[in-house]
Amino acid sequence: MSTIVLQLFIAGRTPRTEHAIATLQVLIVERLAGYPCELVIVDVLTDPQQAEERQIFATPTLIKESPLPQRRIIGDLADADGLLTALGLPPARLPS
Amino acid sequence: MTVFPMTPPIEKLPTGIPGFDHISNGGLPRGRTTLVSGTAGSAKTVFATQFLAAGIQQFDEPGVFITFEETPEALRRNMVGFGWDIATWEAQGKWAFVDVSPQPEAEEIVRGEYDLGALLARITYAVGRVGAARVVLDSLGAIFARMENSQMIRSELLRIVAAMRRMGVTAILTAERTQEYGEIGRYGVEEFVTDDVVILRNPIEEEKRRRTIEILKFRGTSHQKGSFPFTVIPGSGVVVIPLSAIELKQRSSNLRISSGNDDIDRMCGGGFFRDSVILVSGATGTGKTLMATTFLASGAAQGERVLLFAFEESRDQLFRNATGWGFDFEEYEASGRMRVICNYPEAASLEDQLIIMKNELETFRPQRVAIDSLSALERVSTMKGFREFVIGLTSFIKHQEVVGLFTSTTPMLLGGSSITEAHISTITDSIILMRYVELFGEMRRGMTVLKMRGSAHDKEIREFMIDGGGLHIGKTFRTVSGILSGQFTHTTPSEIERLGNLFKDDTGV
Repeated sequence: MSTIVLQLFIAGRTPRTEHAIATLQVLIVERLAGYPCELVIVDVLTDPQQAEERQIFATPTLIKESPLPQRRIIGDLADADGLLTALGLPPARLPS
Repeated sequence: MTVFPMTPPIEKLPTGIPGFDHISNGGLPRGRTTLVSGTAGSAKTVFATQFLAAGIQQFDEPGVFITFEETPEALRRNMVGFGWDIATWEAQGKWAFVDVSPQPEAEEIVRGEYDLGALLARITYAVGRVGAARVVLDSLGAIFARMENSQMIRSELLRIVAAMRRMGVTAILTAERTQEYGEIGRYGVEEFVTDDVVILRNPIEEEKRRRTIEILKFRGTSHQKGSFPFTVIPGSGVVVIPLSAIELKQRSSNLRISSGNDDIDRMCGGGFFRDSVILVSGATGTGKTLMATTFLASGAAQGERVLLFAFEESRDQLFRNATGWGFDFEEYEASGRMRVICNYPEAASLEDQLIIMKNELETFRPQRVAIDSLSALERVSTMKGFREFVIGLTSFIKHQEVVGLFTSTTPMLLGGSSITEAHISTITDSIILMRYVELFGEMRRGMTVLKMRGSAHDKEIREFMIDGGGLHIGKTFRTVSGILSGQFTHTTPSEIERLGNLFKDDTGV
């Protein structure tokens, strides 16, 4: 099984950033348990070159790098519900 | 022409866009963001790109281009035609793109709240990387169309504008309008950029497109009011034609030069003034082209450089006719003393013609220039456009220390005046009228000097003849009146004598 690679682009530690990170943690721990998962957090304030290369303009932006197809989600991700569908990921178990 | 008694407290950044710095009284307000708004196809992107290109080319000021619409690749390719080699400037570290163009292959979903922090970080990074003095954001419509939350985009753009001000860059923000006249831009852009607004228009008037530029406002600093025509030319981009910004401070010289015809010189009180513009008006066939030919040939014969813009006759016709009068245009041209530019009036828009003519004047630097005929250009333009063209051209010629001779064809054979004259008679220094005179079943020609600024001149209407030796001035028409109106009355010699005796003082010299 290939590793799920997620990249989260943030612009400093803002409430939106914290909310997005918390949501992703819930997602990974509860919904993607058992799947090899990698989350990379890129702060565009310290690494603008990365943002340039990936053409990120809004923050937070989450990119699902693999498995393909690539997906982009702009925003603080609201809640974990429906996020897997949005990411096109197989859920660990059916959403409660 | 406006005089500002105080120095404006706000510094301007010269853009380097031809003509724009003139109408903006020195350029864009430095360190601020100017909104450039226009409908689709109004040359917003060209204007914005040129702002950066001219910065690099003329002032060695690097720039950052934030593109929301076209890809950098498309921009590099589209702008090469204007002589802007963006790819090279990128390699030299003078130009940076921030690419925010839509990526059709990447699927984008919005979930929850977000801001444009990443865009601001990228702009800040790019500005720092190239040391940018100028920034362009083109165009806002694309970002609003892409993201649903317009209120958030507006407040984020306001944040970006504020950040750019702190960076000390001078910026242009382009935005779409849906109509030529009405609200400044869509999506309420004027909410966050209210200080400086420039509008580009491309309306249809009398079935002709006519581009204009208007500085709607510059907060706290001066600019020329109203709209000015501009044109977009391959190889140079936007060229604004600053008409009412023209200042009437041409030098005027007392130096006289010959018209090439001793009789006409005498009628004008000793020849034309240098730095003056002479209008020769007449019906078709009265000898206007001959007058222009003689005027130029006499200059060339003295070793001056002379320039002819011909809009009515072909080169072959002109040269053949000149030979007929005994002037060898071929030889003048071969020796570099003469340049003849034949052009159909329809070949280019009037704005483009003006640019072409200015370029010729600047590169050839003639001492004499003739336009045959000015009225031929009337038909390719609107009335307003033509008037602006004539004013622009006349003022340019007067700045070049040349004598200009324009011919104008009157629509009627007898009497009459043309629109050309109505527009330009006040700005020309001299007016010579050539008219047909019907005299007892014969068509004769009459000439008078209507106006000769700063000099005495012959006020009589004299007959003239054209033969193989050129133009010869004869006697005055003593027995005809009403020549200029075309409503002739013939007076018998005895009546003239009687009238003469009524006014003993008027000796009729």
